[in-house]
Amino acid sequence: MTLFVEKRSIVVPGEVLAEGKYILGANTYLKNGKIYASKLGLFDFTQDKLMVVPFKGAYIPNVNDQVIGKIIDVGLFGWIVDIASPYEALLPASEIQDKRSKIKIDLTKILDLGDLILAKVAAFDRTRDPLLTIKEEGLGRITSGKIVEIPPTKIPRLIGKKGSMINMLKKETECEIYVGQNGVVLVSGKNPFNENLAIEAINKIAAEAHTQGLTDRIKEMIKKRREEYAGGKTN
Amino acid sequence: MLAAKPIKLINEDGLRVDGRKPNELRPLKLEVGVLDKADGSAYVEQGKNKILVAVYGPREAHPRHMGLPDRAVLRCRYHMAPFSTEERRSPAPSRRDIELSKVIREALEPAVISEMYPRTTIDVFIEVLQSDGGTRCAGITGASLALADAGIPMKDLVVACAAGKVDGKIVVDLCDLEDKYGEADLPIALMPAFNALTLIQMDGLLTLNEFYEALNMAKEACKIIYERQKQALKSKYYQIKELIETEGEK
Amino acid sequence: MSSTPNLTPITKIERKNLIELLNNGKRLDGRGLTDYRSFTIEKNVIEKANGSAQIKLGKTKVMVGIKVEVGEPFSDTPDEGVLMVNAELVPLASPTFEPGPPDENAIELARVVDRGLRESKALDLKKLCIKEGEKVFIVFVDIYVLDYDGNLIDASAMAALTALLTAKIKAYEIKNGELIYKNEFIPLPIQNYPIPVTFVKINNTLLVDPSIEEERVMDARLTLTIDKDGKICAIQKGGLKELTLNEIEKAVNIAVEKSSENRNKILEALNWEEQKR
Repeated sequence: MTLFVEKRSIVVPGEVLAEGKYILGANTYLKNGKIYASKLGLFDFTQDKLMVVPFKGAYIPNVNDQVIGKIIDVGLFGWIVDIASPYEALLPASEIQDKRSKIKIDLTKILDLGDLILAKVAAFDRTRDPLLTIKEEGLGRITSGKIVEIPPTKIPRLIGKKGSMINMLKKETECEIYVGQNGVVLVSGKNPFNENLAIEAINKIAAEAHTQGLTDRIKEMIKKRREEYAGGKTN
Repeated sequence: MLAAKPIKLINEDGLRVDGRKPNELRPLKLEVGVLDKADGSAYVEQGKNKILVAVYGPREAHPRHMGLPDRAVLRCRYHMAPFSTEERRSPAPSRRDIELSKVIREALEPAVISEMYPRTTIDVFIEVLQSDGGTRCAGITGASLALADAGIPMKDLVVACAAGKVDGKIVVDLCDLEDKYGEADLPIALMPAFNALTLIQMDGLLTLNEFYEALNMAKEACKIIYERQKQALKSKYYQIKELIETEGEK
Repeated sequence: MSSTPNLTPITKIERKNLIELLNNGKRLDGRGLTDYRSFTIEKNVIEKANGSAQIKLGKTKVMVGIKVEVGEPFSDTPDEGVLMVNAELVPLASPTFEPGPPDENAIELARVVDRGLRESKALDLKKLCIKEGEKVFIVFVDIYVLDYDGNLIDASAMAALTALLTAKIKAYEIKNGELIYKNEFIPLPIQNYPIPVTFVKINNTLLVDPSIEEERVMDARLTLTIDKDGKICAIQKGGLKELTLNEIEKAVNIAVEKSSENRNKILEALNWEEQKR
């Protein structure tokens, strides 16, 4: 069992990572006994599982993912939702209405084109489009706050190990932050300054996700902005 | 004004019209992530060639029946800007553009792991801004960078280069004059990790020995360009990494 | 824009059978890996054309018509005639052909056949000059696919070559800058006989002259056009998968042999004598 690449080094598609009996994690593949990277990203491994954390990539839904989506079409049977994925999602009308009910409800009165929703992926397989649900507590139409979009591949870094990064962020910016696995994040704070602070921090995390010492640098940045604000230098 | 045939494509010192030795590549510049709206992009300068490549995808196949049930559809457009050649050319796709779009797509297909994204399309747009011979190869080299930049899973990068015969000598990386007035042009594309050819075409007249000599020369050139591709992809992130991590230490 | 084609999938059983046969060096129709289907080429099938031929390669049928007209040369070759090759995959030839302008497959077919003829200088274009810079003969080679059962490139090129070899134009002379036709016919100036050999790769096996079933399951396709002196004058790879250098070498050797065989068949059938020029 040999590793050819160091942890956290940048690898490209076709680069040989290792040879031997390893477990293939994300974005790796096996050919002729050698394990190769299939995406541009950071090489990482845990025990004997190899993986590449990609810099960029499309959002492919997983069941139980929390996502933020935009209603782009309303039909007889439900809503079509843009979840920033190559696959459009469907929120069935049965989510808000009993199938046996004979009353015809105008779906646009509940959710209309352009509305944003916080939802969960209820079902998805490669043969048909993902199905969403908003039945759980806290899910549904978004009425206030600001949206920021980052590459979905950066979401794990935004959340951090056991939520360390996102919890720090919520505390330091005094905002509620709802993270969609699809790269769409909702920020809701008491005032615009806090919200903009959170947005700036989120964008910075996305840009520097592959570097070390990020948590500290974010804390620093937030502290600096608050000082500037207090000193009347920024709005 | 069409350039007239130069009297000698290889002079007494064995140098070519642009001063190169037979096995010398033109100056090469590769940049990744140059466009804002595309999911992935790259810019290639090879000699006087200036080529921009953008990748969009995977994205939903529209209309639905355009998609394939078990893999992504790869779409590729090779196009030359009207001002890219000596004489202005019509923006409408020529028969050559159509053939090249096909062979370039087929050069990238073996590398793209399209089974990951059924019912989607992955679009590759190659725009030749200035043309000086070997644009399909430079386009393929750039397309691989743009695909990797977009986070599309690939078995390997694809790298391409041409070799040929000019004034009786086998040379590498032909410029436009050499392509026009030479005796043979052999563009190839390679997945170097597996020594596998994804593109091979030839027009001209070559004996079997000449063919193998040219093929080898093109292959070696591809390996050199491959290293440059890897550098171009990594350097974008290295710079940010180093800059930030050293700043953090201060 | 070129898109991955949407091919009706072949059943798993059919594919498995085909590969098992191949592993034993056999094909669906009983041929060996390097065997061509038997072919016949009929010449002069269209009297109104200057030249014509129809080939039957297995069940593939292609007709090629030659029309020769007088026109202006290209500005960068004022002393040469013009060769134009076009191909049409007419809808009656296959359930998969749609009406419309030539698609990428028709264009690729025409350009590969053209390359073979042009690079080998099969047609001596310099002999087709009437008045330098002003008047030359334009030779239109139109490939008309009538029944698609695999290997259009080889079928079309062999029919095109036959049509060119048997074409006739009116004899002429230039008097006071005027083109005057005489009452006899002369052949076109042909000096080389390029023959393409097309392979498909299926599961690491190379096969020559693919049938339509074999094209449906192929990993890659490779065409090598060889001239009368054994030189390569055109190469074209197609298909969605890769080829190794070994496979290319293997194919080159088979192509030299097969192109020679097919060339002899064609020339013998026409009782061709090179001295006839």
